[in-house]
Amino acid sequence: MNRHLNQRLGFSLLTLTAVFTVVPILGVIVYILVQGSPAISWEFLTAVPRSGMREGGILPAIIGTFYLTLGTAVFSVPLGIAAAIYLSEYAADNRWTRLIRLAIINLAGIPSVVYGLFGLGLFVLFLNFGTSILAASLTLSIMTLPVIISTAEEALRAVPQAFRTVSVSLGATRWQTIRRIVVPQALPGILTGVILGLERAAGETAPILFTGAAFFLPRLPGSVFDATMALPYHLFVISTQVPEMPVKIQYGTALVLLVFVLGMNLVATVIRSRARARRQW
Amino acid sequence: MEKDLNWREFVITRAIKASGYSAIVFVLLIFFFLLREGLPTLGEVSLSNLFSTRWYPIEDYFGILPLITGSLIVTVGAALVAIPFGIGTAVYIAEIAPRWMREILKPLVELLGGLPSVVLGFLGILVLSPWIRVVLDLPTGLTAFTGSLLLGGIAVPTVVSVAEDALDTVPRAYREGAWALGATKWQTIWRVTLPAARSGVLTGVMLGIGRAIGETMTVMMVTGNAPVMALTPGSLFSPVRTMTATIAAEMGEVASGSVHYHTLFFIGMVLFLISLAVNIAASTVVFRSKKRAERILS
Repeated sequence: MNRHLNQRLGFSLLTLTAVFTVVPILGVIVYILVQGSPAISWEFLTAVPRSGMREGGILPAIIGTFYLTLGTAVFSVPLGIAAAIYLSEYAADNRWTRLIRLAIINLAGIPSVVYGLFGLGLFVLFLNFGTSILAASLTLSIMTLPVIISTAEEALRAVPQAFRTVSVSLGATRWQTIRRIVVPQALPGILTGVILGLERAAGETAPILFTGAAFFLPRLPGSVFDATMALPYHLFVISTQVPEMPVKIQYGTALVLLVFVLGMNLVATVIRSRARARRQW
Repeated sequence: MEKDLNWREFVITRAIKASGYSAIVFVLLIFFFLLREGLPTLGEVSLSNLFSTRWYPIEDYFGILPLITGSLIVTVGAALVAIPFGIGTAVYIAEIAPRWMREILKPLVELLGGLPSVVLGFLGILVLSPWIRVVLDLPTGLTAFTGSLLLGGIAVPTVVSVAEDALDTVPRAYREGAWALGATKWQTIWRVTLPAARSGVLTGVMLGIGRAIGETMTVMMVTGNAPVMALTPGSLFSPVRTMTATIAAEMGEVASGSVHYHTLFFIGMVLFLISLAVNIAASTVVFRSKKRAERILS
């Protein structure tokens, strides 16, 4: 029958689009893995760049990205979780709450380079932090906030209402209930959101371009007021700004960045699926 | 003891409430600083200069039209890639794929969303653009088209995840009703499931396009960075320069407080307003459809 033929054709077409979406993703990862792994050596991971970044290692960039991710976590995790607790446990469904939600959606949609401009205007110049780890981390934190808030809120809301009712009926205050019952139950979900948010921060280049990234700095940053090299910015620099850059080092840097970011993604996925399997409600 | 507990509870509750409102504060702060640094442009650069077709800041030509058309053409190209592939993949995952396949595909698409844009730009320079140059026989592979392909890929995960959620929330009874009337699965998808999930799918597409307009590193690396007017479809195959790329490429080299500096902030302000419009539009689509669904159900 004609319509069954139609269905078969249609399904094949959809399968094909899915294949065309997924295969390039795997292709990118495998390709960088294959091209980049010859560059990986002890020296590459633990030495500073030499000869105009064409030799040596990328340690300052690795450490820099680590510091920036850590700095982002320091600001965005407490604020993001607190905001999620407010939305899930305290906020009434009124105009102000809708405005907060709209603000979160908009924060999530603001282009990353605009965050860079904002960070330059507020943290670097107005507050006079200079081009520094502090300014870059603060900029990245605000960019990460919407991811953390929305995933943490979802995790908090998934905790059954009965848990709260029982806790309060036993004489606990609202905050005690949140701290001892709701948050621990939602923790795996919150953690997943936090890691996914930080993963995005670790891979971003545009927000740190004018707030904290250094083109070339062959030493480790000494304080939060120092600028720093960072993996994504370093990859940008060596693939566009440095002539006669050995391809091997470029692929090696891309691989390290990919491992850093995808490693976080993997941890988040594992936490989520484990929590799902163990959950009793 | 009792009093101490009350006091602590009071302080913590206040702190949590303040954090809740922080998102609004940050949006306002961002807007304020963009205005503060961007608006002076209007006093320093004449409107006819600002809205001219020549961007050449060294000689005080600050025409932002080429940058706007550059962003536009790359985004339209990206949408042409992201819409069919995004919706197709979402329908495949939600309606056709067996359960085990879904468990593999969803995290994979999320993974694409997590790939740093600078990595895609890097591969765009080294792999995609030489290939495009040879296959399409162009003078350079760094074109709007190259940017569109990669940006489409960046927008796909957003489209897929929002659209797939929307398809997932269509009640099973809708599908069962269609099957009971003798429709094939294929007819059910087109005539029942997709129309029922329309607003969610539309939201996904809008958010995906929003993501594409704002993307910076990939476009800066692969579109060739030539600030020329892109008005014909043929411009798709020549170098262009987007608003985001201009800010990223030039902000590092300008003196703060100069006319050029203010103009770059002005472009940032335009980008901010575009993303605000896209996101508010996308969320009102959801609110409105929710209200309609509530009306039907009540």
